[in-house]
Amino acid sequence: MIPIIILTVILTIVSFVFDKKKTKKAVKKGMMMFVKILPTLLSVIIVVSVVLYLVSDELLIEYLGKEAGLGAYVSAAVIGSISIIPGFIAYPLAGILLKTGVSFSVLSVFITTLKMVGILTIPIEAKFFGYRTAIIRNSLSFVGAILVGGTMALIYYYI
Amino acid sequence: MWEIYKKYKYDFPIIIAFIVFVLLSYFYSYNPGISIFEDNFWGFIKEMILALPVMFILVGLFDVWVSREKVQKHVGESSGIRGMMLIMLLAFIQAGPIYAAFPVAYILWKKGTSPRNIFIYLSSASIAKIPMIAFEIGFLGLKFSLLRIIISIPIFIIVATIMGKYFTKNNYEVKNG
Repeated sequence: MIPIIILTVILTIVSFVFDKKKTKKAVKKGMMMFVKILPTLLSVIIVVSVVLYLVSDELLIEYLGKEAGLGAYVSAAVIGSISIIPGFIAYPLAGILLKTGVSFSVLSVFITTLKMVGILTIPIEAKFFGYRTAIIRNSLSFVGAILVGGTMALIYYYI
Repeated sequence: MWEIYKKYKYDFPIIIAFIVFVLLSYFYSYNPGISIFEDNFWGFIKEMILALPVMFILVGLFDVWVSREKVQKHVGESSGIRGMMLIMLLAFIQAGPIYAAFPVAYILWKKGTSPRNIFIYLSSASIAKIPMIAFEIGFLGLKFSLLRIIISIPIFIIVATIMGKYFTKNNYEVKNG
């Protein structure tokens, strides 16, 4: 994140040197967009925070672990699609799951749905592209994620 | 006032309910409530409080400085494979959460990026941001990450192509984000 912040600061300064008026307009425009999206963003973050609490590590191990059998794949896809877990939490978590015996196959379904499908972020996406597009995109991504996860599950241990 | 309320009719009740819930949790020392606020909610806020305004300023700068013609030429309808590669590269070097990619995609679209490339951008940003890949390799290994990305790319190009067709056909007007 830090490189982006530095880049933005430098670009803003350069832009300001070249054209004060344009830069002010740019910053104002960006901030307006931010303020407009803020209420939706906050409510999504609130819902995600609560969901994240309910989906504890123990719960994940129970549903994704060896005992869960084929059901583990279904749980992985469902949990992955609903939650948005930022990478810095998701990967250490995936590391823990791996150590407790969750297979790479199940993890690949979990990680791909987690990354490609965001049911909880649909309200934010819809603010920019409309609900229909957001829902269709997420549904297609779900199918895509299942294909990726499924393929990974089939070939991971053979190559 | 009513307009604003209507626009966020689901958001404000959630926010107000959450504030009340957190205050009560602290008042009665209700641990799950405190944990939801301190560990989860606050973590997200810390993640986005810098990232998002910065992203939006970049979007604003892009909006005033880069002409529609330029965007159209490089990533527009007739940009072909080169445009696709360019848009993927742009997505891969992005940082921050997925919801930071939406405003960028929106401005790219408004500036004349082809619908297919917009959806390629969104998928690429969600599957393989370089800063996150380093993290993924650390915890799940190089084989896992590489395999996942290699399998994902053709699949999300197909998804983006379908989405692009759908989007063009329905001829969406630009919403005011």
